[in-house]
Amino acid sequence: MPTHLQIIALDRIAYEDDVDIVVLPGEEGQLGVLPRHARIVTLLEPGEVLTRKAGEETALVISGGFAQIGPDHVTILSDAAEYAEDIDIERAEEARRRAQERIADTRTTTEMDMARAESALLRSMARIRVAERVAARRRRQPPGPTQPRGDG
Amino acid sequence: MPNTRQIRQRIRSVTSTQRITSAMELIAAAKMRRAQQRVLASRPYATRLRDLIGDLVSRQSASGADETHPLMQVREPRSIGLILFTPDRGLCGGLNANLSRAALRFALDQGHPVSHISVGKKGNDFFSRRGREIRAEFLNLGDFPDPVATSPIARIVLEDYEAERLDRVYIGYAEFVNTAVQMPVIRQLLPVEPPEEHEGETLGDYEYEPDAATVLGGLLPRYVEMQVYQASLENSASEQSARMVAMRAATDAAGEMIDALTLEYNKARQETITKELLDLVGGVAALEKA
Repeated sequence: MPTHLQIIALDRIAYEDDVDIVVLPGEEGQLGVLPRHARIVTLLEPGEVLTRKAGEETALVISGGFAQIGPDHVTILSDAAEYAEDIDIERAEEARRRAQERIADTRTTTEMDMARAESALLRSMARIRVAERVAARRRRQPPGPTQPRGDG
Repeated sequence: MPNTRQIRQRIRSVTSTQRITSAMELIAAAKMRRAQQRVLASRPYATRLRDLIGDLVSRQSASGADETHPLMQVREPRSIGLILFTPDRGLCGGLNANLSRAALRFALDQGHPVSHISVGKKGNDFFSRRGREIRAEFLNLGDFPDPVATSPIARIVLEDYEAERLDRVYIGYAEFVNTAVQMPVIRQLLPVEPPEEHEGETLGDYEYEPDAATVLGGLLPRYVEMQVYQASLENSASEQSARMVAMRAATDAAGEMIDALTLEYNKARQETITKELLDLVGGVAALEKA
């Protein structure tokens, strides 16, 4: 019995498929979900959602949010979500540099500019982190399935 | 009566204006469809979040929890924030004027100081001309702002609310009723009002990890961000449809004007011909007499 995974972003449904296992970036570390999981709702950190279907892995980056988990479904709500391989590391680096410059620049430190620059910075950093991890993993062996939580 | 050359020039200029307005109508129609699709695409997220928060709140009140989350606590409103979405550009009929006036009326009715957070150039111009206090301005977010662009707006009011610089925050935008009707609405954003009874599946048997209060605390800021994002979507759908309707009216008016001018042109031309003919006939008659 597969788990029906839905990743819903603010502006679209980013991913929808039946998968064998989902690994989520939980607040207290990674959380692996196999079918027949207990019904819980939990918060997610910005990071990576990893799914496996018939031996094939897919990685997505989410900006944090929460997951509603049940025996046959996982629904993730996150402001933003995208496929890890769609991330252009160079562009993300560029965005990070620009954001850092704006934060360092004392002339543009109205609170709005700061808020905008900070959110750009956090976002670009999360994307870089995941994109690098995906690239590294691709060079290594793909890992085995993560153990689900004991109390699940 | 203007001569034929002047009328011809007029017709030419009105025709080129008509070409521009009809192009703008087509562009606005295309953008409106895109904006409406974006509204639809944002529904699944909004519905889920609303259901979940509704469930959390009703569960908390059922268990008699004494702690209300700070974002839901109602305080004496001493200072008020008003986020107002307006288009950056004009040429969209009465939309800008209606929005700004509704917001101003609302602000004056409060009886407490209101600071404005203006999203969109037109509303910002309106309030700065009137010397109102502008807390923050977000201009030129584009026709289709994404959640990344709107989240700083939510962040600012959340910070101000938590620091108790603002005790209540409202959000104003043009609600898209249909292509012909856009209604300015002003809703309360903070403190968060629990969503009305959610229908559909009951979430009863879910456990919250680590606990309901923590999950609610994580969701409420997202709920605010979601509402700001949705307001921006509604507002841009309204803007495009208002522009489409205004430009269609302008195109029609230009067509009528061209018809009227053409009639006038033909009359003037005929008059000239008649005059010339009369001159000719008169001349011939004079020659024959001689």
